Amino acid sequence: MSEDKHHHIVPYRLYVIVLVALLALTFASIGITSIELGEFTVAAALIFAIIKSILVLTYFMHLKYDKPYIKLMVAFVFAIFVVVIVITFLDYLYRV
Amino acid sequence: MAEHQHVHIEHPDMYDPESSKIGMWLFIFTELLLFGGLFIVYSVYRYMNPDAFHLAAEELNTFIGAFNTVILLVSSMTIAMSTTALQKGHKKVAIALVVITFIIGIGFLVNKYFEWGVKFSHGIWPGSEQMLNEMSQGEILFFGLYFVMTGLHALHIIVGLVIMGFAIRGVANGKVNAKRPSLLDNCGLYWHLVDLIWIFLFPLFYLIH
Repeated sequence: MSEDKHHHIVPYRLYVIVLVALLALTFASIGITSIELGEFTVAAALIFAIIKSILVLTYFMHLKYDKPYIKLMVAFVFAIFVVVIVITFLDYLYRV
Repeated sequence: MAEHQHVHIEHPDMYDPESSKIGMWLFIFTELLLFGGLFIVYSVYRYMNPDAFHLAAEELNTFIGAFNTVILLVSSMTIAMSTTALQKGHKKVAIALVVITFIIGIGFLVNKYFEWGVKFSHGIWPGSEQMLNEMSQGEILFFGLYFVMTGLHALHIIVGLVIMGFAIRGVANGKVNAKRPSLLDNCGLYWHLVDLIWIFLFPLFYLIH
């Protein structure tokens, strides 16, 4: 009963739009990293990768249509991963 | 017959799409631990050996990397579409879409085979003499991480192909249908995870010079 209520059928067209966006972002990231940006190259490449992964998580992995607690769970785990990276670099950047 | 029915009542249908989904997500979190750890190792070594990583990354073929990125993104779309097809009751379309995803996955591995083949013919593989004698510590670390991380990713592609095999069989024999789509859904989630990992591997190894 409640199963049907939560069953959201995603139209094919939306997936095509997301794919086009992902491909555009891929080529944009190839373009921007081919320019000499020095230390910002890493940041630029990572920003594009993060935007792409948010698109994949939201639409391809259906998080947009999932219950709030699943969204929260995923966001929390990824947030912890980011915290671990930040802490690791706080250590390395400030080592004497 | 009566006995059979009795047994059936004692073992009710345990199908629960929500639990299946949570189980899959928990598994995906463990994958994040695995690859996340490797990404941290990569970033720390990159920070400690910026010049060597810069130099070593030039050795990688951006074109093959980009091509594999494109086909993997397309395959993610086709497997996502197969869920839509199944929900609409278009069984044959659903199977066709998973088969297309499967073929693209094979294509990815074939490209990887040629890519690694070129590295091997240049004498670059973990522990090769060329690596140990002519490369700096940083370059050895870069190629070590390159082979481990893309290799582990390729292993995930192979596992994804096996799961797709089960999904195709399930849809074909009707055990996976619009009312019980979990196997196909989870197959899709796994494949998207493989895509997600590649989304980070590609820029980190191929693009940043």
